Amino acid sequence: MKRFVTFLRKEFAHVLRDRKTLLILFGMPVVQILIFGFALTNEVSNARIAVVDQSNDNTTRRLIGRLDASRYFEVAQTISDPQQMVKPFRSGDAKLVIVFPAQFEQQLAHDNSVEVQVIADASDPNVATTLTNYVNAVLLDFQQELSPTAAPISIRTEMRMLYNPQLKGVHNFVPGVMALVLMLVCVMMTAVSIVREKETGTMEILLVSPFQPMMVMVSKAIPYLLLSIINVTFILLLSVFVLGLPINGSITLLMAESILFIITCLTVGIFISVKTSSQQVAMLISLMGMMLPTILFSGFMFPIENMPVPLQLISNIVPAKWYYIIVKSVMIKGLGFSDIWKETLILAGITIFMMALSLKNFKIRLA
Amino acid sequence: MIVVMPTVQLMILPLAADYEVKNINLAVVDRDRSPYSQKLISTITSSGYFRLVAYDDAYDQSYKRIERDDADLLLEVPDEFEREIVRSGTAKLFVAVNAINGTKANLGGAYLNSIIQRYNRELQVSLSDAGRFPPAPSVTLTSSNWFNVHLNYRLFMVPGILSILVTMIGGFLSALNIVKEKEIGTIEQINVTPIRKHHFILGKLIPFWVLGNVVFSVGMLISWLMYGIVPAGNLALLYSFIGVYLLCVLGLGLLVSTFCETQQQAMFVMFFFMMIFILMSGLFTSTDGMPDWAKAMTQANPVYYLVEVMRMVVLKGSTFADITRHLLVVASLAVGLNALAVFNYRKTS
Repeated sequence: MKRFVTFLRKEFAHVLRDRKTLLILFGMPVVQILIFGFALTNEVSNARIAVVDQSNDNTTRRLIGRLDASRYFEVAQTISDPQQMVKPFRSGDAKLVIVFPAQFEQQLAHDNSVEVQVIADASDPNVATTLTNYVNAVLLDFQQELSPTAAPISIRTEMRMLYNPQLKGVHNFVPGVMALVLMLVCVMMTAVSIVREKETGTMEILLVSPFQPMMVMVSKAIPYLLLSIINVTFILLLSVFVLGLPINGSITLLMAESILFIITCLTVGIFISVKTSSQQVAMLISLMGMMLPTILFSGFMFPIENMPVPLQLISNIVPAKWYYIIVKSVMIKGLGFSDIWKETLILAGITIFMMALSLKNFKIRLA
Repeated sequence: MIVVMPTVQLMILPLAADYEVKNINLAVVDRDRSPYSQKLISTITSSGYFRLVAYDDAYDQSYKRIERDDADLLLEVPDEFEREIVRSGTAKLFVAVNAINGTKANLGGAYLNSIIQRYNRELQVSLSDAGRFPPAPSVTLTSSNWFNVHLNYRLFMVPGILSILVTMIGGFLSALNIVKEKEIGTIEQINVTPIRKHHFILGKLIPFWVLGNVVFSVGMLISWLMYGIVPAGNLALLYSFIGVYLLCVLGLGLLVSTFCETQQQAMFVMFFFMMIFILMSGLFTSTDGMPDWAKAMTQANPVYYLVEVMRMVVLKGSTFADITRHLLVVASLAVGLNALAVFNYRKTS
């Protein structure tokens, strides 16, 4: 036991000596939470649009004024020649072009119906659909105003947004960022640790010592476990006090699950470390190999049910996915352990599996 | 490895990246169970956006489904729905939406709303005398989508993901480069040679520049073979922008490399910058919605320009005139970063 503690002290010294890395270790989650909390949003607002007004009468001017006043749009240009419509799209100055036909007011007065054409830049399909919907809403509003009493039947829908009434992006992003940051940091740090000893040659010393491989791996993981717990606490504090995210469930449960997830990531890192022979490869795998897949398969950027089935199956092995579900359930929906025992079991299973694999692959000879 | 990993990622990831909202799970509590409510529900389910997962009797039952993530939306039809419509012409519906994922909630709610309004209009038409002109003024919208007529999300994501992969490879490899020499000790030997600093940095730059171009070409090939994406714009223009962009990213990597002592540090610092740049580049979320300070930051973010140019040239066929500003900014960033790297590199420590 005493040997183990000595070993632990050595590992701690290694970690604490490296100031730059520590800075990034703690600074990165903070910066990410801030970015995600304040700068990133799935909402589309202040979208620049262009207008082709071929009739230029009072009604069209009113409508254009309405669109400009809404926070979703900003009328950036008026195009006089319909042939020139491609230009603002190509230069990125407009996401949408609205064309009002000639004699708009007269048509509306005589036929009681008029058509407006909307051309959307569908290179981003969702933005195009959302913006088109918004324009539709403005037009419908206008239509209602024209004749408030003429509509004989009206069905009013009362819509309530649960868990996130202001549709703030943070409720979705912060759990995702927690999963992402913890996964990447833990995997990266441990992935490098064992390989570094191999590369610099100090592995020999470890191997000839009476230490069992299990001890070596555990002692490398523990400093990072403690650091990550501090990190999680930071992130939670930031989310609650700076971003205003509520913690609706039990904090102890959240911390316990986070610790489990950290351990899972550490074991993945250890496995990468055991299998690779150079730091560069270990880092490339843990960073490049894990970053994009974690972002995509955890489900916080893109809904998993949209993906083709084989990819959905792959997402089941990404631990971040399960942790993301757990955090959402506990933190935002306020559910208890009985609702997340399945996910917890899966995480525990992945941990044990990775640990066993690492132990089996740990070479006690240098060659 | 360097070529295989991005290739595999480029092949798999765009398949996963799909923001399109479909198969929204809907739970319905129908307290009326009248022909009108049945018609409403069948109109909603036949739209193709929604999947009816439950048809419950009580609100609490349905709410539990939202808690368990079995349903994303809940629609409650009050009792006397049909009677109210016939009697007074107005009726109310109640919808509860799981809004944790803002986009899904927004779009799901918008779809449901438009379907309900369509049902409303149909009801109106069937109950009133349909004359040649609509009874009330109507302003309707015809919409068309340009550059991506089928609203295929892949066309949007693949150029973006390719940009990220090129950035990551260029950035990380160059960052690790000088540091590795420092760690192994061979940097001493280079320092005692009479080679000038800028020649040294240039020598480090060029192989990775070539590598970056190779990765990009492989990526373009895969986008063409697997996704059928053919650049609408000029390929030479694209390559020239990538050339300048690579200089910028490699410059950043080299600069980071001159600051760090171990590979681990270099990796971390680079990762830190990459994360910020990638997240704020407009790849996953739109830059229009950002607050002003964030927008100002994107102006200095090379990845932002790359993602924009990739999408503009590949999907919309933008020309040189359209991307001049982007080229200039990235070029000046490249010059600046590389100059800093040369300046910061000290042959004597």
